[in-house]
Amino acid sequence: MNLTLRVWRQKNAKTSGQFVTYQATDISAEMSFLEMLDVVNEELIKKGEEQIAFDHDCREGICGSCGMVINGTPHGPLSATTTCQLHMRFFKDGDTITIEPWRASSFPIIKDLVVDRTAFDRIIQSGGFVSVSTGGAPDGNAIPIPKEDADKAMDAAQCIGCGACVAACKNASAMLFVSAKVSHLGLLPQGHVEADRRVLNMVATMDEEGFGNCTNTGSCEAACPKEISLDNIARMNRAYAKALFKNKLA
Amino acid sequence: MAASAESMQASSAGLILRLWQSSIGKKYVMAVTGLALFLFVIVHLAGNLQIYLGPYKINEYAHLLKSTPAVLWGARAGLLAIVALHIVTALQLTAANRKARPAGYAVGKPVASTFAQRTILVSGLVLLAFIIFHLGHFTIGFVDPALLDLRDIYGRHDVYRMMVNGFSNPLVSIFYIVSMGLLLLHLSHGVSSLFQSLGLRSRKTFRFFDRLAKGAAVLLFLGNCSIPLSILLGIIK
Repeated sequence: MNLTLRVWRQKNAKTSGQFVTYQATDISAEMSFLEMLDVVNEELIKKGEEQIAFDHDCREGICGSCGMVINGTPHGPLSATTTCQLHMRFFKDGDTITIEPWRASSFPIIKDLVVDRTAFDRIIQSGGFVSVSTGGAPDGNAIPIPKEDADKAMDAAQCIGCGACVAACKNASAMLFVSAKVSHLGLLPQGHVEADRRVLNMVATMDEEGFGNCTNTGSCEAACPKEISLDNIARMNRAYAKALFKNKLA
Repeated sequence: MAASAESMQASSAGLILRLWQSSIGKKYVMAVTGLALFLFVIVHLAGNLQIYLGPYKINEYAHLLKSTPAVLWGARAGLLAIVALHIVTALQLTAANRKARPAGYAVGKPVASTFAQRTILVSGLVLLAFIIFHLGHFTIGFVDPALLDLRDIYGRHDVYRMMVNGFSNPLVSIFYIVSMGLLLLHLSHGVSSLFQSLGLRSRKTFRFFDRLAKGAAVLLFLGNCSIPLSILLGIIK
């Protein structure tokens, strides 16, 4: 199939960018979206032009590296799918596809479709972990965990930190990401110990990083390739209130 | 003892400050003030619907509300503070949101969000204009001072006649009905959203809160619009 691509090209964070149109010819329906871009880049190399820069790593939908806004939707039209797992059979011959980077002031553009997501790393550093003392590995079944809690924690743990929630949100809010981490760690007994400190610190860092506020529209949940639920945001809203009041009484 | 009371007080101020400075804390403020205003519009409508019971009942009710100045002015001050807090917080949150997403996308529809959700600020700001007009119309009297001077045979403020005369102007009634349409839009998202902000909504209860919001919004719309419509159609004279 042959496609027309409108791709956002931007040299670096300091310069302003613009859309550049490219023709993608002889694209196979079996290719992934990133493989299609690889083909376009091969052509650009042959012509001696600058390649389109985009993030990618595992190409099997689990690392969270890839991600671009395809026709206005983060990760493209297929739900619960990362860009690398989106295949060209979901497009038609002759389609025009507009490709843009995640747009958020907390995710400054590094180049073309590559954005700086280290704000997420700083949020994790402020509390998205469980502190453990070193020593012998504890017995696997020493701490009983209710199945329901384990399920909820594991659903939240699916988050790959790709940033599609921020990209989809009209306010560029990171609430779905942060709430997934707060839920994942706080629901399990090992992480529960630090639950209050974690939610207070992670939310404070989220605010410092300049992400927007949640208006409960559900765009993030719809765009999330791992189907992280809004329930996590409600849980974090609860946990935050609890932590604030407990903190006050302590 | 004195020291611990002092530290309690200090930490209370600290708590409020922390709430006010955090994104989630500000959403609690939106939710709690929104809930209070939602309850107010229900009570307000219940009071107004007494127009269907005739002049005596509604004038008596209005007289009762205004009989104790301390209660009346306390309630007015409280409502004013709640409205102010709701609006100031909304503007601050929106300013932060605009800063977080300075540039939008070139193409495509918004993902999953609804019209009511995306226009909640606009519907709210138009409602503010409506509230100012509404207070000027029926409370302060800068729209038509004569409406506030009406007296019934018992010497009470004739609220019944004020409403009938006020809504006899079709332009005024249309403005009221359009404003109630915006309130419908505002509440259809707001009432469900506030429970999410307070952390009380989940996948299981989502449908319940969504229906509660939409159902209450529609009932309030119908109840509120019935009054100017009944007056324009001559059902209430």
